[in-house]
Amino acid sequence: MSASVLYDVPGPRARRRNLLYSVVGGAALLGLLVFVVMRLYSQGQFESYMWDLFEYNGIRQRLLDGLVSTLLAFSMAAVLSLVLGALLAAGRLSDHRPVRWVCTAVVEFFRAMPLLIMIFALYLSVFTGTPLWALVIGLTLYNGSVQAEVIRAGINSVPKGQAEAAYALGMRKTQVMLTVLVPQAVRAMLPTIISQLVVTLKDTSLGYVITYEELLYAGGVIMRNTVTEGGNPYVPVVIVVGTVYVLMCLALSYLATWIEKRGRRSRKGTPPAAPDASAPTPGAVPPQMAPEAALEAPRKS
Amino acid sequence: MNVLLDHFSLFRDGFLGTLSLTAVSAVIALVLGALVAACRVSPVPPLRAFGTMWVTLLRNTPLTLLFLVAIFVVPQVFFPGLSYYTLSVWALGCYTSAFVCEALRSGINTVPVGQAEAARSLGMTFGQTLRLIVLPQAGRTVVPPMSSILIALTKNTSLAGAFNVFELFGAQKTLSELGYSIVVIFGWIALAYLIITLTLSGLFRLLENRLAVAR
Repeated sequence: MSASVLYDVPGPRARRRNLLYSVVGGAALLGLLVFVVMRLYSQGQFESYMWDLFEYNGIRQRLLDGLVSTLLAFSMAAVLSLVLGALLAAGRLSDHRPVRWVCTAVVEFFRAMPLLIMIFALYLSVFTGTPLWALVIGLTLYNGSVQAEVIRAGINSVPKGQAEAAYALGMRKTQVMLTVLVPQAVRAMLPTIISQLVVTLKDTSLGYVITYEELLYAGGVIMRNTVTEGGNPYVPVVIVVGTVYVLMCLALSYLATWIEKRGRRSRKGTPPAAPDASAPTPGAVPPQMAPEAALEAPRKS
Repeated sequence: MNVLLDHFSLFRDGFLGTLSLTAVSAVIALVLGALVAACRVSPVPPLRAFGTMWVTLLRNTPLTLLFLVAIFVVPQVFFPGLSYYTLSVWALGCYTSAFVCEALRSGINTVPVGQAEAARSLGMTFGQTLRLIVLPQAGRTVVPPMSSILIALTKNTSLAGAFNVFELFGAQKTLSELGYSIVVIFGWIALAYLIITLTLSGLFRLLENRLAVAR
């Protein structure tokens, strides 16, 4: 909190006030937590009979199978959506107008459609007996369109001079794209691509609606079919399944942030840029640094 | 064409259902998101931790799971007797609030520190700095992400249809059970969603142009 847009560095009085707020806020949050836990406890959600179901091999196996199905759908959708995204991005960057139009229309349409509506329609029309394929194709069409936009933005973010220089050396269109633009663009777009993959992973849970037996569906079946002394074990199952989902998504998100941090490291020993140094901040750059910053600028744009 | 005309009331109810789900949960999301964003940028550590936890947890949970929590856990443990509509709206609102919070926070972070420092050295109070300097600049950068968040929310409302709230997905299910060709139904439902999302993005583009300042 050394230099925040909102607050000055706190003096003794502000520090005392912040301490007061911390104590009050902390107490309120603690109270909320205690309320939730007490409520769950008084409803008997922590009794052993509510959690006994996880002792059974059948239920463990069912959850594990669900997890495997989720990962299967995710990996298929991830690969296919990246392929589709690359194709659509290439189409949108094409020199031929009709190709560009068709790809733009496809991308805009599938990005605007709710995934659930698409998956359901695919399930009823084409993949009647195979919910896996309905889910995978639906995810591919939607996420592929989004990835296409990410890839296109990445390629457009490479400085124009790069392509011009490559053409001047006599390279062909494909060569320019594959050997000059794409390798540089990947650096910039990898974090965004991975965060979209997190979305893909989360959306595999839509398989619940079309009865694809993924993790959430397995959890739902267990919830409804098990009856304990305290009623259906909604809370235990939600806690277990939710933890698995959150951990999987967090792992992917951390991968994205890690790659982003790595990418921000300097290439040739020049001092690493501050996170927001690319935005022109008047006053942040000392005047004698200005000419050097101006030299840096074209490479970044 | 016949499907639409024969079942116009079904389509209309679905359309209105989607609209009202979107509108109500958008209000919840904006209010909650603003509160959580205020927590996340406040100089009070427990509130900051709470904001971070809220955002991390909700951004990494599938919306379907959140719906399961809202539909099964909340009535069983906390508030029995709420309608599916209310529960769905809260699930959507809480989920979206995490994204709204992040958009607002990154909007505030794009304002250069020098701006606030200059305001403070002119003797402006905290309220004045926020109202006259920081928020007007942050607001402009927040508009485009907010537009895509609300469009995503519109699309996400379709999940409520899977949990007994009648909207466009519900209309699609009902019509396909009546035996109409799913391709035709999908076409009309798609058109209805396109109308909503295109209107939203048009409105936001207008807003963006209104707020734009030549620098």
